Amino acid sequence: MIEEPFAVGNTYIYTLDPRVRIVFAVVFSFVTALSNRFPVLIAALFISILLVSTGRLKVRDVLKRLFVVFWFLLLIWAILPLTFEGEPLYQAGPITFTRPGVIMAAQISIKSTAILLVFMALIATMTVVTLGHSLNRLYVPDKLVHLMLMTYRYIFVIEQEYRRLFTAIKIRGFRSKTNMHSYKTYAYLIGMLFVRASTRAERVHQAMLCRGFRGRFYTLDIFKSTGRNQTFVLVMTIIIVCLIIGEYNLL
Amino acid sequence: MNNKQQIINLEGITFRYPGARENVIDNLDLKFFSGSRIGLIAPNGSGKTTLFHIIMGLLKPDAGRIEIFGQPVSREKDFEKVRRRIGLLFQDADDQLFSPTVLEDVAFGPLNLGKSKEEAIDISRKTLAFLGLSDFEERITFKLSGGEKRLVSLATVLSMEPEVLLLDEPTTGLDNHTREKLIEALNSLDLAYIVISHEYDFVNAVAPEIYKMENGQIFHDEELQIHIHEHVHRYGREPHKHG
Repeated sequence: MIEEPFAVGNTYIYTLDPRVRIVFAVVFSFVTALSNRFPVLIAALFISILLVSTGRLKVRDVLKRLFVVFWFLLLIWAILPLTFEGEPLYQAGPITFTRPGVIMAAQISIKSTAILLVFMALIATMTVVTLGHSLNRLYVPDKLVHLMLMTYRYIFVIEQEYRRLFTAIKIRGFRSKTNMHSYKTYAYLIGMLFVRASTRAERVHQAMLCRGFRGRFYTLDIFKSTGRNQTFVLVMTIIIVCLIIGEYNLL
Repeated sequence: MNNKQQIINLEGITFRYPGARENVIDNLDLKFFSGSRIGLIAPNGSGKTTLFHIIMGLLKPDAGRIEIFGQPVSREKDFEKVRRRIGLLFQDADDQLFSPTVLEDVAFGPLNLGKSKEEAIDISRKTLAFLGLSDFEERITFKLSGGEKRLVSLATVLSMEPEVLLLDEPTTGLDNHTREKLIEALNSLDLAYIVISHEYDFVNAVAPEIYKMENGQIFHDEELQIHIHEHVHRYGREPHKHG
C-alpha cells in the first residue's frame, strides 16, 4: 500500500515551507524535462542528487524507488536505439544502433532520474496530508484536494476489507490457478469490494450529513513558517535561471 | 416528567427495507424528554440502527409521525436543523472519521455550523481535552487503534455541542480500558442521550432507564428478576469477574 518512508525527518529540507517545495519541484521538473543539452541535464541530475543528500534520505529506500523507473528505462534502451532513424553508431549483423536513438535514450534516462530524485527530496518528504493542504493553499481547487485526501483516507479501509475477504477465501482452501473457478473467485472478490466500498461511501456520507455537511469542505491550515525559506527560494531560483540560460545559450 | 421538554416523539413509526418481508420497525412509539438518559437493549437485527437513522432523517419511515423539539419533521430541510442539535455516534468509527487528521475531523462539525476557524479549533481542543485526547490533534485518523477511533468519533460528535446524543453500539470492539473511559465520559456529560447496545452491563453503567427493543417495538421491563447463575469452569476457585 502507500508507504511514506521519507515523510518524517529533521534535516534541512523538512524545515522548509511545503508550498515552496512543491513550487520548486514542479518548476525544476519542467525545466529539466524541456532541456536537451547534456551539460544542462547532467547539472540538473547533480542538483537533484545534492537535494536528496541534504535530506539524508536512506540510500536503500531511494534506490528501491528508482528501481521502478529502471524497468521503464530498460525498455527505452532496448527500443529507441534500434528504431530511431539516423546515423548508425554500431552495426551488429542486421541490427543497427543509431546515434540519435542512443542520445534520446540517454536524455530520457537522465531527465527521469533527475525529476524523480527531486520529487523524492522535496515532495516525498512531506505527508500526503500536508501535500493536500499545501496544494489547497496553492489554489488547487477544493474538490480535487478533497478527492485526493478522501482517496488516501479510505484506500486503507478498502485494503483492509480486501484482506479480510481474501483471508476468508484462503482459509477455505482457495489456491490461485489458471482455471474458470479462480477467475470467477477473483471476479466475485472484486465485485464484493466494489459493493462494500459503495455502501461504505453511503455510510460516510450519512455520517457527514449528521454533522451538518452542506457540500462545503474547510481546510484548517496549520503551517509553521520559518526564516530559512528565503535562502532556499533564492538558491533554487538562481539554479533554475542558470539551467535555462545554459539550455538556450542566453549569454 | 411533565416539566421536562419533550425532545423526541415518535408515533406509530413503521419501516421496511425494500425487498424485506417484515417490518424492521413496526408501529413504534417513543417519547424522549430532556435530561433523560435511556438505554435500549437490542439484539442484532432488531432495527436499532434503523431507528436512529429515522430520527436523524437518514431514512424515511413508511408510516408514522416524527416530532423533534416539539416540531413535526418530515422534509430534508427540517432534519438539517435536527442534526445540529442531535448528535449520532455511528456504529463503525471508520464511517465517521474521514478527515486526515484528528483535529480536522473534530473541527468539521463546528465549521459546518458556521463557526470561524479559530472558534472551531478552540472547541475541538476543549472537546479532545475533555476526553483525555489532547495529544491526538495531529494524529492521522486511520492510524488510530479501534478504541482511539471510537473516542475520537465521540469527540467529533460532542464538538457540535449537541443537546442530545444517540449512541449506536458504542462498545463494539472496545478493550476494557477504553470501555471504562467511555462509561466515565458519558457519566460526566451534562447531556441527554439514548444508548443502544446488546451488552446489559454497559447499558446499566450509563443509563438509569432501560428499555428493550424487540420485533421492531420498544418495551419497558420494570420488574426485577431474581436470578442465580451457576457455572463451572477451570480455575473457578480464583476470585474472578465475568464481563
